[in-house]
Amino acid sequence: MSLSRKHLVIALAGCSLATGIVVSAFAANDSGAPSEAPYQGLVELGFPAPQEGELVHVPPTMADLEDADIHPELKKVIRYGYDLFTNTQQLRGEYVNNDMNCSSCHLGEGRQPFSAPVWAAAVTLPDFRGKNQHVNNLEERIAGCFAYSMNGTPPQYGSDEMLALSAYHQWLATGAPMYPSQPIYGRGFPAPDEPAESPDYARGEAAYQENCAICHQDDGAGHYENGEYVFPALWGDGSNNWGAGIVRVDTAAGFIYNNMPLGQPRSLSDQDAWDIAYYMSSQERPQDPRYTGDVAETLERFGPTFHKRSLYGQTREHDGHVLGDHANFGEKGNVEPWNVGVPRFESLSSE
Amino acid sequence: MNKKQWVKFSLLMGVSLVGASSVAGTAFAETGNAERGQIAAATCTACHQANGSGMNIPGGESWPRLAGLNADYIVKQLHDFKQGRRQNATMMPFASMLNDQQIVDVAAYYSQMPVTPAQGGDDADAVLLQRGEQLAERGDWDAYIVSCKSCHGPGGTGVGGQFPGIASQHAGYISAQLHAWQDDERSNDPQHLMGAIAKRMSDEDIQAVSAWYAAQDVSDQTGSAEEETTQ
Ligand code: HEC
Ligand code: HEC
Ligand code: HEC
Ligand code: HEC
Repeated sequence: MSLSRKHLVIALAGCSLATGIVVSAFAANDSGAPSEAPYQGLVELGFPAPQEGELVHVPPTMADLEDADIHPELKKVIRYGYDLFTNTQQLRGEYVNNDMNCSSCHLGEGRQPFSAPVWAAAVTLPDFRGKNQHVNNLEERIAGCFAYSMNGTPPQYGSDEMLALSAYHQWLATGAPMYPSQPIYGRGFPAPDEPAESPDYARGEAAYQENCAICHQDDGAGHYENGEYVFPALWGDGSNNWGAGIVRVDTAAGFIYNNMPLGQPRSLSDQDAWDIAYYMSSQERPQDPRYTGDVAETLERFGPTFHKRSLYGQTREHDGHVLGDHANFGEKGNVEPWNVGVPRFESLSSE
Repeated sequence: MNKKQWVKFSLLMGVSLVGASSVAGTAFAETGNAERGQIAAATCTACHQANGSGMNIPGGESWPRLAGLNADYIVKQLHDFKQGRRQNATMMPFASMLNDQQIVDVAAYYSQMPVTPAQGGDDADAVLLQRGEQLAERGDWDAYIVSCKSCHGPGGTGVGGQFPGIASQHAGYISAQLHAWQDDERSNDPQHLMGAIAKRMSDEDIQAVSAWYAAQDVSDQTGSAEEETTQ
């Protein structure tokens, strides 16, 4: 079976402009246009429909990989990348020091819209990144999620693990245009609308107990069964550290609203999603690897580019606890990941 | 062991195993007593069998395996039947016969039995089983069917008292439950967690995943397995 890439521009009914939805789907045969609009199922679950002018990409599945007309050695490496992505715990103690897999946050094996589908990075990088103030490529982006979200130390650039993971990301992007000019449908974890009332700890705690504790437990530590994690930790040593993207309250609200409770996306009210995100973001977790030794100083340095959207360094109202005021790096201990705080391209003259 | 010794033994176990084993923890933490449970379960064996294996009944109503199910899960189901939160004409009268004490006792009794192998699903071909494995282990996110494993645990052997083991459960029973959720005939799941998934499945999906889990033998019957291989 040969594979073809399809780029269709669907003009919306009643729209006379040349702009439309750009659909890139991976098709295992030449049977023409997809039989139904992509992501119709998501729309039925309450997700927004693709908008005019958006890039809508349906990544290939692992079943498509088996049929793909690519070198068998490449297939092996992509399969390994998939395996690392969905079972990152196999790197526990080496590159990973918490209870997470990449797929704990990037649901649906990294393919799912509104769950930060990872293929987007493969077609938009290299690009400037505000978080570290320089141009990053795909490997450096992946390394970032290791250092922060996985509370780990990334595999080296060019290593087998890194190459396999990036091959998986790039494979998922098959058929999508490089450096697209359109916004990408379902990218990131878009936050729900601003809530009517500002997020509240006590309301968040109550909503958490009602909607989340059955799986993530009362104490947010998640759940292990027979030594294997089933429900990942939302805070505490088993979770991501203070430098991870999901500690930003709006990102957390976006993740929760679009993905949780598991199997019931978009079932929470905007208010509940924000309240729970605020409650979750008000709990302790391993220290930010960029920690200078002082929480106020760290906040001052990384506030403008990052922590202005998190509760790091803030005082918790109900007990006066200053969030992030500790030197607990979790299971990783006091090892600074090699990719943190490394400036690049400094020799290039400024324009 | 007589009743008094048993109680003493369970107390000792309760103390020495605190935090060490969740299985022992749940079995002994309640006031459930397996010996009393055996007596209360005398009427149950007609369907669920003396070894708790239940029975797959092709074309009829299958009797679920109870052996090795989590005690808290059994307690919840029996209360749900009794209170009408879970509707089933066959099972309802038997649950209603039990008082609260007997419920925790039979739960202790069945939860401590070794898991038995499942029947049914033999007509599933390799393609169907592969579909079943995909749904169980990875899900089908294009249809927003989250993998069964993400709630029922690795291998489908269950997670705590809320997410029952479904590996080594009869295919006919798994299939009947999934259809019951689809048709709103079963709706006693917490937060609609199971119903939301079941409603997204096709008849073929249900057949596939039921056959696959029935074939995942997590039973504790090394003896009979040996017998089979030597035949
Ligand atoms: C604790 C949750 C979490 C875990 C675990 C996690 N990530 Fe992420 N990831 C995020 C967040 C949050 C973002 C930023 C989304 C946004 O743009 O707002 C992100 C973004 C990304 C992106 C960029 C996506 C884009 O749209 O450009 C890639 C690539 C990525 N992650 C890869 C990985 C890999 C590989 C792993 C495992 C090694 C991983 N992530 C683990 C939370 C996580
Ligand atoms: C039915 C069980 C279940 C319920 C209920 C549930 N989750 Fe999750 N959650 C999961 C699973 C499983 C994952 C990991 C996804 C995977 O591995 O496929 C997860 C992942 C997460 C993550 C990202 C990983 C991490 O540990 O930080 C967050 C955050 C999260 N859930 C928050 C919530 C919140 C908030 C609620 C309540 C609104 C909730 N969950 C309800 C099962 C559940
Ligand atoms: C006449 C046959 C019959 C007898 C006798 C019977 N059951 Fe059942 N039992 C069933 C059937 C059929 C079901 C499945 C009901 C359904 O489909 O919802 C069931 C379900 C159950 C369940 C739920 C299992 C699960 O996995 O959710 C429990 C627990 C149970 N029975 C316990 C008992 C106990 C204890 C007794 C004796 C006091 C008993 N049963 C007697 C037929 C019987
Ligand atoms: C989001 C979590 C979740 C997912 C995913 C999930 N389940 Fe369940 N399932 C549950 C819960 C919770 C129960 C227990 C309901 C109750 O307490 O009555 C359950 C019960 C069941 C039962 C009844 C067991 C019994 O003994 O009566 C079956 C069968 C079942 N699930 C099959 C599946 C299959 C097959 C899949 C995958 C296609 C699946 N489940 C995915 C949460 C889930």
